[in-house]
Amino acid sequence: MTGIASSLRLPHRPRPHTARDRNNRENTMPVISRRTAVAGMTTAAGMLAAPAILRAQQVKELSFYYPVTVSAPMAAIIAEYCERYAKETGISVKPTYAGNYQDTLTKAVTAIRGGNGPQFSIMLTADIHTLQALDVIVPLDEIGLDKAARDWLASFWPAFMFNTRIGGKTWSVPFQRSVMVMFYNKAAFAKAGLDPDHYPTDWKSQALAAQKLTNRQGSAPMWGIELPADISNGHWTFGALCGSNNFDLMNDAGTKVFYNAPKAIEALDYWVSLSKTYNATPPGVSAWPTLVPSFLRGDTAIIVTSTGNLATITANAKFPFDIALPAGNLHPGSVVGGGNLYIFKHASHAERQAALRFAQWLTAPDRAADWSTRTGYVCVTQPAFDTPTMKAYIEKNPAAARPKSFLPAAHGELSTFQDARVQTVLENHIAAALSGNETPAAALKAAQAEADGILRRYQHA
Amino acid sequence: MEQHRGAWLLVLPAALFIFAFTNIPLLATLVSSLYTSPIAGHGGGFVGLDNYRDLLSDPSFRTSLVNNLIYAAVTVPASVILALLMALGVNAAIPGRATLRLSFFLPTMLPMIAVGAIWLFFYTPQYGLVDRFTRFIGLGDINWLGNTATALPAMMAVAIWKQAGFFMIFYLAALQNIPPVLREAASLEGVSRFYFFRRVTVPLLGPTTLFVMVTAAINAFCVVDHVIEMTQGGPDNASSLLLYYVYQAGFRDWDLDTAAAATVVLVLILGLLAAGMFALFGRRVHYR
Amino acid sequence: MWLFGLLWALPLLYAIWAAVHPPLYATEFELGSPVTLGNFARAWHAAPFARYFLNTVLLVSFTVTGQCVLATLAAFAFARFSFRGRDLLFSALLLQLMVSPSILLVWNYREISWLGLANTIPAMGIPYLGSALGIFLLRQNFRTIPTELDDAARLEGCSLLGRLWKVYVPLSRSTYVAFGLTSIAYHWNDFLWPLVISDSVTTRPLTVGLEIFATPEQGVQWSLVTAATLLSSAPLLVAFLIFQRQFVQSFLRIGIR
Repeated sequence: MTGIASSLRLPHRPRPHTARDRNNRENTMPVISRRTAVAGMTTAAGMLAAPAILRAQQVKELSFYYPVTVSAPMAAIIAEYCERYAKETGISVKPTYAGNYQDTLTKAVTAIRGGNGPQFSIMLTADIHTLQALDVIVPLDEIGLDKAARDWLASFWPAFMFNTRIGGKTWSVPFQRSVMVMFYNKAAFAKAGLDPDHYPTDWKSQALAAQKLTNRQGSAPMWGIELPADISNGHWTFGALCGSNNFDLMNDAGTKVFYNAPKAIEALDYWVSLSKTYNATPPGVSAWPTLVPSFLRGDTAIIVTSTGNLATITANAKFPFDIALPAGNLHPGSVVGGGNLYIFKHASHAERQAALRFAQWLTAPDRAADWSTRTGYVCVTQPAFDTPTMKAYIEKNPAAARPKSFLPAAHGELSTFQDARVQTVLENHIAAALSGNETPAAALKAAQAEADGILRRYQHA
Repeated sequence: MEQHRGAWLLVLPAALFIFAFTNIPLLATLVSSLYTSPIAGHGGGFVGLDNYRDLLSDPSFRTSLVNNLIYAAVTVPASVILALLMALGVNAAIPGRATLRLSFFLPTMLPMIAVGAIWLFFYTPQYGLVDRFTRFIGLGDINWLGNTATALPAMMAVAIWKQAGFFMIFYLAALQNIPPVLREAASLEGVSRFYFFRRVTVPLLGPTTLFVMVTAAINAFCVVDHVIEMTQGGPDNASSLLLYYVYQAGFRDWDLDTAAAATVVLVLILGLLAAGMFALFGRRVHYR
Repeated sequence: MWLFGLLWALPLLYAIWAAVHPPLYATEFELGSPVTLGNFARAWHAAPFARYFLNTVLLVSFTVTGQCVLATLAAFAFARFSFRGRDLLFSALLLQLMVSPSILLVWNYREISWLGLANTIPAMGIPYLGSALGIFLLRQNFRTIPTELDDAARLEGCSLLGRLWKVYVPLSRSTYVAFGLTSIAYHWNDFLWPLVISDSVTTRPLTVGLEIFATPEQGVQWSLVTAATLLSSAPLLVAFLIFQRQFVQSFLRIGIR
């Protein structure tokens, strides 16, 4: 993968990295004075703290980018966490809202290449290969993991560790994680004669239920089900459908995709049939942002979206609802998603450690539980589920307990090199299939061919 | 005209900036489009027209190009004609014309991003105003932004809405510059209003029409804010335009060779358009 | 014509409706539903719009002032002096009328980074500081100024710049107004280039701030988004409402020759 500055074939002024790295305070301090300071302190007996800690204490400021992709007041919550951290440790952590996952990635890499990037960022978990290829991230193992840190890493749910381990090293920390689930309107279910307490568990009954719920006549027309298929979301929905068919769309190394495998074609056939055969969903592409308002207004009885929307729906739904795993061909299954915390390579050793400590603080059980109750993202560790905060929340909102049971059935999100491009290729052909311009089989075959073209250069690297 | 050694200095600052950020980058982009960048430290070098060949074989690019040509072919005439109609309407002595003028011109004052956000709301299926209207007249739900057939027309409508009012102002100025004596002479000779319009007004509006057409054409290729905001080029590249393709290649895929080649194509088209329009219509334009 | 005007205003009216009603009533059209300004307050706090405003004002002031100064100097030279390569240079500069610096964003981004100016407010305006449009309009106007006035100033012993300042600039007011207003509107509303250059809250202008705020990924509360949209566009709209007569007049006067 090429970076902007390094891709030039024409003579250019080489960028002096360290001098321009404004956020990198260590590098702007003359090396000599640092060594002198450490040498001086070493000779002062009794003032010895391990050099690493000493240098780490000199980091006073960190900055990071984060995305907001669900309807929860994340900016306010994150700002609050940073303030609390500053009070507790004296380190000022500056958060910057950067848009959606793709925007955040673009902006972070752009800033890093421009010489003044943040030390860490929250980015799409599935972007790990892309980030590796851009050579901007550093694995946690390289920063240094003591026993406490290793225990901490082990406390994360296995499902959330998908897409984070490559080559035996851990590259990111789960933070705002979600599962793709069905939100369904229990009142509508009851009205249509369906059992509101048991969501269908297999594809056929799910489709039939949606068909029953659909009523386009009358003053309050309703669709049975809506699944998001727009750019940057379509692949997730498809991943959930494949997950419910017990199938992964890519290999672990991120170098191959299996778009046109029979199980994938089955999944797309099913998706297309929801509108074509069962008339239970609007034809064409449904956009992510319209789903939650649609659900809350009663325009749609079932929506497929992130658990991250749980808090908003809980707060605003005027009818009883619940969440369930997407029905499966064999058994219910889904896909995980969301963002992890990545630490950047260009940050100094001390900054990396400071960032790691912030990550540990951020995902401590109490904080993770607080985060989960206020946003709807899933508690990333088992201990978080067991905190009193979470237990009390679950008592009031039983739906919040469900994601925990969904995790064992969840697959990793589609993640490859040149992630965004490979995903878009898939999404374009899904859109074509949903619009009736291509048959599912032809669509996925074309998608596979295009993806192979993009991934070819990584396959023998 | 005087000679002065200092004249060059006067021009220098402005020229410096223009050269640094327009002319030279253009040249540099052209040159770099003939090379490829190294991948993982090896490869790369002069490849002549290879990047262009790869570009043409990329279905995404072909779709973006065709889309953009269709987009221009619709938005340019539509904006121009609507602008003229608006100007005629506002120019006539009807009550409340100031409000009318305001209503036509306001969209121009909004950033394209804001326009995109508003129209996104407008187009939302089920409760968006457009959809309510189509359901009211019996056409049913249409997912404007989610359908490959309607996504591009939806973008065209947004662009026309934004720019027609701006062009109206130029037409207004030109209409008011037509000496009333012409109108008086025509009515004395018993000429119909339509005839007058066709044979006198329209030719006199020639320079304005040319200017407006060229501006609209440039906008058609250079403004993609609404695509970024509303559809991200989808579904299935149905609303992808050339500059959007360049943006994706450069900042999403970090594929600078493709971005450079596509930019050159974009500039070539702009050049051909401008030259073509001046050649075609420049001759028929009547200057006073 | 009236119906046409109403239809044309519809999207904006719809947005205003959604912005002043609480979320539940935003998409219904009951006339009696409660009106609220709460959305504006919430939108204001949901993202640092105050900072975005400041950034935009700084950006536009910097850019338009710079353009006027540079264009005035250059237009004077082109209009009143002959020097070698003048016409060739003029044609070369006119390229910018067609090819805006923002099309060349990948390369310009690199240039700005080399200069160490990435993610700064001036960086968003620097590529535009040389304005071919400004030079073109001002040159056109300067040429219509009677040379007698210029000669008179010269006889009084005015320097080159003195003549420019005393004679040419005052007589071109309507051109400055027209160009200034056009440029202000253009740069206030510029999106793609600032999107690429600005990476943080301290540099982000309103357009970019609005885009990431309204990005479809959010659960999308339309009242909030339309309120934010109106907030971002308000200054320009208000300015236009106040100055519409001048705005239109100046366009009428410069005309298209």
